[in-house]
Amino acid sequence: MSGVDVLLWGVLPYVMVVILVSGTIWRYRYDKFGWTTRSSELYESRLLRIGSPLFHFGLLVVIIGHVIGLLIPESWTDAIGLSEHAYHIQALVLGGIAGFCTLVGVGILVYRRRTSGPVFMATTRNDKLMYVVLVAAIVAGLATTVLGTGIIGEQHSYRETVSPWFRSLFVLQPDVASMGQSNLEFKIHTLIGMLLFTIWPFTRLVHAFTAPLAYLFRPYIVYRSRDAGPATRPTRRGWDRVG
Amino acid sequence: MRVMAQLGMVMNLDKCIGCHTCSVTCKQAWTNRSGVEYVWFNNVETRPGQGYPRRYSDQETWKGGWVRTARGRLRLRAGGRFKKLLSIFANPVLPNIRDYYEPWTYDYETLTDAPLGDDFPVAQPKSLISGQPMAVEWSANWDDDLGGAPEHGPRDPIVERIRTESEDKVRFEYERAFMFFLPRICEHCLNPSCVASCPSGAMYKRAEDGIVLVDQDQCRGWRMCVTGCPYKKVYFNHRTGKAEKCTFCYPRVEVGLPTVCSETCVGRLRYIGLFLYDADRVTEAASVENEHDLYPAQLELLLDPHDPQVIAAARRSGIAEDWISAAQHSPVYKLAKQYRVALPLHPEFRTMPMVWYIPPLSPVVDRLTETGHDGEDAGNLFGAIDALRIPIEYLAELFTAGDPEPVRTVLQKLAAMRSYMRDVTLERPRDESIATAVGMTGGEIVEMYRLLAIAKYEQRYVIPTAYSGEARELEELGCSLDVDGGPGMVAGSGPFGEASGRPLPVSVETFHALRHRQTSEELADPGEPGARINLLNWDGKGRPAGLFPPRRTASEPESGTADPTADPRPDTPMAKDRP
Repeated sequence: MSGVDVLLWGVLPYVMVVILVSGTIWRYRYDKFGWTTRSSELYESRLLRIGSPLFHFGLLVVIIGHVIGLLIPESWTDAIGLSEHAYHIQALVLGGIAGFCTLVGVGILVYRRRTSGPVFMATTRNDKLMYVVLVAAIVAGLATTVLGTGIIGEQHSYRETVSPWFRSLFVLQPDVASMGQSNLEFKIHTLIGMLLFTIWPFTRLVHAFTAPLAYLFRPYIVYRSRDAGPATRPTRRGWDRVG
Repeated sequence: MRVMAQLGMVMNLDKCIGCHTCSVTCKQAWTNRSGVEYVWFNNVETRPGQGYPRRYSDQETWKGGWVRTARGRLRLRAGGRFKKLLSIFANPVLPNIRDYYEPWTYDYETLTDAPLGDDFPVAQPKSLISGQPMAVEWSANWDDDLGGAPEHGPRDPIVERIRTESEDKVRFEYERAFMFFLPRICEHCLNPSCVASCPSGAMYKRAEDGIVLVDQDQCRGWRMCVTGCPYKKVYFNHRTGKAEKCTFCYPRVEVGLPTVCSETCVGRLRYIGLFLYDADRVTEAASVENEHDLYPAQLELLLDPHDPQVIAAARRSGIAEDWISAAQHSPVYKLAKQYRVALPLHPEFRTMPMVWYIPPLSPVVDRLTETGHDGEDAGNLFGAIDALRIPIEYLAELFTAGDPEPVRTVLQKLAAMRSYMRDVTLERPRDESIATAVGMTGGEIVEMYRLLAIAKYEQRYVIPTAYSGEARELEELGCSLDVDGGPGMVAGSGPFGEASGRPLPVSVETFHALRHRQTSEELADPGEPGARINLLNWDGKGRPAGLFPPRRTASEPESGTADPTADPRPDTPMAKDRP
């Protein structure tokens, strides 16, 4: 366990969380107006209708895969009789398909962004940086799935290295040694992932934090009282409401 | 019964000349920004025509508004909550910018920069979306005044529908063509499908006055409202990524001023006032089975503000006394419910729109006179209504979901008014049978005539202010020097001279300035503090009386502000500050 390991797997994750949380709070308080999907569907919809759902739904499956792989200990899947080999097969098939969809989706979206004039005009430098990190994270992740399951190269059981480290982060006792034993692909993917979460609050990705799930439960028609009128402002001395 | 107040508008289409002043002033006031170049909160469409955006009223394509399910419930046409969330990553029925039009500017610079050559330099059109040169092929008013009607007119969804019934009803040959103008703003519906479509809950209906607004801080740009609105009156700002829509000029309305479009309408065809309606029965009214019953059901929702029960219920709901009184004097209630001459636009969308239209009575008198009839005789007029140049079927598709009967009744009332008022003007005995033939009394006809023909500003716009119930709380106005003629009464002036004291809210200042301009008989007196000359009326030549304050006599001490007519003095600090 070297000093670099401690820095990368014991310090950086917490720095990332601090920036992610405080950055999101800051952005929400000071830039609510900028908190949007910044959709470009108005300019171009043909490619978007293929690329965007492919990317987003693929990503949702990928997220579920990450949650299962990282949070559920190996002993639990052993207990229900799922063998190591069987687990890897399903992870490879589901994760591979979802990751591939995500990559193709984001590929279509990047292509669209570059070739459709109005969409490219509306692309900021911030967007470009975000796309680089996002695509890198997806590619590295897909590489770990393909390489780590033993199709090419040696099989690596990340559930004995990465996952224990990930869970140990939450109890504030990072298991740096476990992560240190993981292979290079996983280390790169994890680092890029942490970079992505670090820049997250400062990019258009924040729209994911306001996924409108409450829509399922609210009444259709929303009524709101007129606000910011004089009545809601603090009253001046001597003009207090009577009765 | 849960009584709520709703600001509504009535437009008298007989008076609309299609000058687009409402659209232009609205655009100058609200959407002259980058990202909303293509956005017209108010637009004026020529009918028959495709409208803006193209063919917006064809809900088979655009999926706006509500539909009634087989079980009698209302469902968003574009799909319910789950379908909305599943299609959130790419809205399947969002109009493209080309369905509106690609906004452009001209490359004016080449006019001055072009090198000397044999050809005249030209200012090429350049897209404001892509920055590239573009061919201008469509815009918000491409088919204005039936321009290109033989080509574009048949694509009007209403024309398509009534042509399946009779090929003869709509003709685009010059001699047989008809047209009228339809100014459109947001309908501020009682059952708004845009609000229901918004996944973020950023769109809302104001509880006090029913204005439908978008919370710009809460909007996340999911674009479902654009699809949800069957009138396509919610627009997407492509720079900020937020939805924007007509606000019913709420900052003006709150201080009792009419909307910009109404204020600037040269035909004075717009009326603004309050409706009181029963909020508990809106869904029930919007889900009646037969589309032809939607207009009567909507009328049923509007409550009689003179009914003591309604007044009591309104008080229980916390509606202020001056709002109840405004509802009793509301011109829109009179036109929509009492005289029943105003009709809602496309009630079949089931959103219960609150902008109403008095359908146009074509130039019928001249036509009858030409054929040797007495053009203002009631009998002749009634007989001619079915042969009007603007087919009743067309108006019915616009205003009553295709039911011609209410439209015919309205046109008969308008015809009866002409006939009855002729006798009044010529001081002949009034023929009460004309009034009774359309279910009105002579007195009502005269009242309706006054409202439609000669109503003044105060009768056309009966707008209760948002603040009168809370006047004590309006701290900026809370000044002990508010007595008549006291310094507190003059906008922009505090106890220690001009611009002293707390700054006035812009809305209050504008209110005073506008009221002064509208009510004063003569030019503003420059000696009077706070008086203004309207520079828009000044052609830049000469010096109209009152442009500058009177010259000071030599005995008076110099004050801080320099007399603009005096020689410029470069050594004063003020002059140095200028570029």
